[in-house]
Amino acid sequence: MAKSVLKKAIPATSSDPRIPVTLTINGETVTREASPRLLLSDFIRHELGLTGTHVGCEHGVCGCCTVMIDGRAGRSCLAFAVQADGAEIRTIEGVAAGDGTLHPIQQAMMECHGLQCGYCTPGFVMSMLSYLEETPEPDLSETAIREVLSGNLCRCTGYNNIVKAFRRSVELMNAAEG
Amino acid sequence: MSTRQFGEPVQRNADPALLKGEGAFIDDISLPGALHAAFVRSAHARARIRSIDTSQAEVLPDVVAVYTADDIGALDAELPMLIPHPCITSGGKTQRPLARGDVFYAGQCIAMVVAVDRYAAEDACAAIAVEYEPLPVELDLDRAVADGAPLVHDDIPNNVAAHFVQQSGDPDAAFAAAEHTTTVRVRLERSTAAPMECRAVAARWDGVSGELTVWDSTQATISVRGGLASLFDIDEDRIRVIAPNVGGGFGQKIMMFHPDEILVPYAAMELDRPVKYIEDRVENFIGASQERAQIHEISLAARKDGTVLALRDSFVHDTGAFIPYGIAVAQVASTSIAGPYRIPDIWVEMTLVYTPCVQVTPYRGCGRPQACFAIERALDQLADELGIDRTEIRRRNFIGPGEFPYVRDGLLFADGLAVNYDSGEYEKALDLITETVDLASFRTEQEAARAAGRYLGFGLGFYVEGTGLGPYEGGHVKVHPITGKVYVTTGLTSQGQGHETVFAQIAADQVGCDVKDVIFAEGDTQAHEWGVATFASRAAVVSGNAIHKAAVKARARIIAAAANMLETDEDSIELRDGRAWIVDGNRSVSLAEIATASNPLRYAFNEASQTATQFAPASTHDGPPLAEGQAPGIEETDYFSPSHATWAYGVHAAIVEFFPDTCAMEIRRYLCIHDCGNMINPMIVEGQVMGGIGQGIGGAFYERCAFDENGTPLAANFMDFLMPYATEVPDAEILHMETPSPLNPLGIKGVGEAGTIPVSQVVASAMEDALAPLGIAPVRESPMSPDMIHRLLSEARSR
Ligand code: FES
Ligand code: FES
Repeated sequence: MAKSVLKKAIPATSSDPRIPVTLTINGETVTREASPRLLLSDFIRHELGLTGTHVGCEHGVCGCCTVMIDGRAGRSCLAFAVQADGAEIRTIEGVAAGDGTLHPIQQAMMECHGLQCGYCTPGFVMSMLSYLEETPEPDLSETAIREVLSGNLCRCTGYNNIVKAFRRSVELMNAAEG
Repeated sequence: MSTRQFGEPVQRNADPALLKGEGAFIDDISLPGALHAAFVRSAHARARIRSIDTSQAEVLPDVVAVYTADDIGALDAELPMLIPHPCITSGGKTQRPLARGDVFYAGQCIAMVVAVDRYAAEDACAAIAVEYEPLPVELDLDRAVADGAPLVHDDIPNNVAAHFVQQSGDPDAAFAAAEHTTTVRVRLERSTAAPMECRAVAARWDGVSGELTVWDSTQATISVRGGLASLFDIDEDRIRVIAPNVGGGFGQKIMMFHPDEILVPYAAMELDRPVKYIEDRVENFIGASQERAQIHEISLAARKDGTVLALRDSFVHDTGAFIPYGIAVAQVASTSIAGPYRIPDIWVEMTLVYTPCVQVTPYRGCGRPQACFAIERALDQLADELGIDRTEIRRRNFIGPGEFPYVRDGLLFADGLAVNYDSGEYEKALDLITETVDLASFRTEQEAARAAGRYLGFGLGFYVEGTGLGPYEGGHVKVHPITGKVYVTTGLTSQGQGHETVFAQIAADQVGCDVKDVIFAEGDTQAHEWGVATFASRAAVVSGNAIHKAAVKARARIIAAAANMLETDEDSIELRDGRAWIVDGNRSVSLAEIATASNPLRYAFNEASQTATQFAPASTHDGPPLAEGQAPGIEETDYFSPSHATWAYGVHAAIVEFFPDTCAMEIRRYLCIHDCGNMINPMIVEGQVMGGIGQGIGGAFYERCAFDENGTPLAANFMDFLMPYATEVPDAEILHMETPSPLNPLGIKGVGEAGTIPVSQVVASAMEDALAPLGIAPVRESPMSPDMIHRLLSEARSR
């Protein structure tokens, strides 16, 4: 290059103030600094590197960002990271067994072809997990299942196979409990 | 023999990673040191830019660069006209990466900010002041072409972007001689693909090697590479374009270039830092391609017995402010207009109109849902007028199974070739659906329901779909010498269609291995050099057959090498379970051993490779280790270039119940019969069809990209653009027929778009049937929202 072009000085992070956030995620307790306006979804994805939680709208409608916050499904795009201080969070990365064996819900989604592009999938799995963990005797009627799934958008599957996967999950979970 | 994998509902290889959150979508890829881009977008549909003041943004501490049209060097020019056509006025308008002087739609990019994170980049966008002089607009398609209407582009009279007429046979004579004619005017609203993952692009420039790597959620990596090479004047070999996991595309991601796709790589090179742009949902609604809006006026000339002799269709097509994708959508609509019907004489006129809205390029269906709605609505009306059953009239017009190939001379499809239907059993499909739904008993039930004051209705819609267009795709099959795994590549991209599984099935059948032992790569220009893209329901047909052809050749090489190693003749070899066996014997060699032995080695890494060093060649000839003309290893490439499109088809039907108090409609039963030729994997086919139906339901009831009279988008989020949840999509019953295509070795046809096509017609037809006792006017619009139904009911009441 003939011209003398100096490289720009670029700050490593933004000049936002940062405050510490401590939370437990998939069983591990971490403390990190976060800008007060950082969304919980961005914190999980970019600060903690758990990118399985996806972002489809950032306005609370699509459910792609669903995680479990203190035992219940919640939309991580609707919370700031700092609000999750002290919370216990579970994400899709914590669902399968340690050896990689799929959770019955994941297994059922695979068997029933409940995913295509897979972008919405972690959100669906977390919604189902949250529901099935707190509902010992789930209503398996078509209407009831669709109601449970109605917080998540999927543009690929037309939902049929996700409904089937829900039923199959219950079968597999019951079988596992023996 | 191994069990044949082709035709089996094999579970998908891609699923475990996606289910565990281990997918790699673009924003999941960590690029150390990456900067983030955001855009200032036009607040007006049509305006002159008086000034852009970036000074407040530039001084922000976290901002690295601010670009306007003045700062992007040679890129400040109109983007490529991708598909030129002589009928396009003045060659066609395309947008500039960043607006210069004028803006043409609300959402158009005016400036790009690069900052240390997305939050800071958006702050800076808010600090950029743009002064506009708003100009008048006209969004109504009919009024936009009238004299004196405000112009989108000053030099394009009447906003006519293109005008084209196609004709097959002699429709004028047929209309003159017709016993009966009928005309309907139908309108479909603007909609959008709305993939769950919005568009995204990231780029990294390596100044040392002079290599540019671009991660782009595109459906067309190889084409994007070509475009970038040309725009940046860089050798194609120095550019690698990767589409990793992509969260749905549905056509929106075939469009290149959305401005970010070139500005992000530009900034990465200029700043010598990786740059990411992750489109957000609002931006997807205002800045990414849309489709669907058309108004058709279609007339049929018929005999009294319902035989349709001729068709005239004149339609206007909203192309938005620009026409980068040429007339493709309108052309597909115009050539699909006669559906599965014989209709020998056709005249179809299309007028493409510039409107001050984001550009229109293909969205799943690509003109076919519009054409289907037009012809099927017209046929329903013709049946009603002639007193013929709506099902029966279709039967009387089908192209018969013995009439293929059925050519419509003069109608040129999107591949530039005459429409040429290759095979089908249309009447059988219709019989199957009416039997399955048991139409006779439904009519009895409907009668009883009416007596009880309830409104049930039945509707159906037939469609054809030209799929599997050229020009070509390639397939590459290689057996890895160390692991024996089979590597398969092609030049496509996937957005969730299960390519990695169906193409593995095709290859596994030839080389005799497990589907899970096929490692498949696509969506990476470094994995496969040649090809076109994923669009127009072509992937399975074109790449599927290319991979098949390459795998057939690889099979021959494997058998020859194995016969050599097992000292038998080739006819005595069979391939199964990843090994070559002597027929009726128990001796075998593995694919790894065969691949290793086929590659003369100098160094031995393992036991298999010891048999392949130059001192122990597996080959039996006496010459050099590699015979003249022979290539090492088991590796083959082949290409498939279809002679023309192959035509899939199907019929959907629904039974609905209408609730007058709420104007709500409930689908009680939804059926689909479809025929995409031989199915590689029925589970995946069904998934594609069901997904299409889901989108069709959205289109039929809810989804509408609405604008106010100033051209401001009114549906730019999921609260205003209503996409169906599981609670809105019916549990459809899907039945398959398989009429092989004679046009390719595997006998397959495309299926990607099928499910979407006839849904609006099915719903409209069923609604008319349900509401017949209330005397509503025919349904001529889609989507059919409760307020539209309410309007029809009020009109009926006040008559
Ligand atoms: S990203 Fe959180 S609900 Fe859509
Ligand atoms: S699988 Fe693609 S959005 Fe659900």
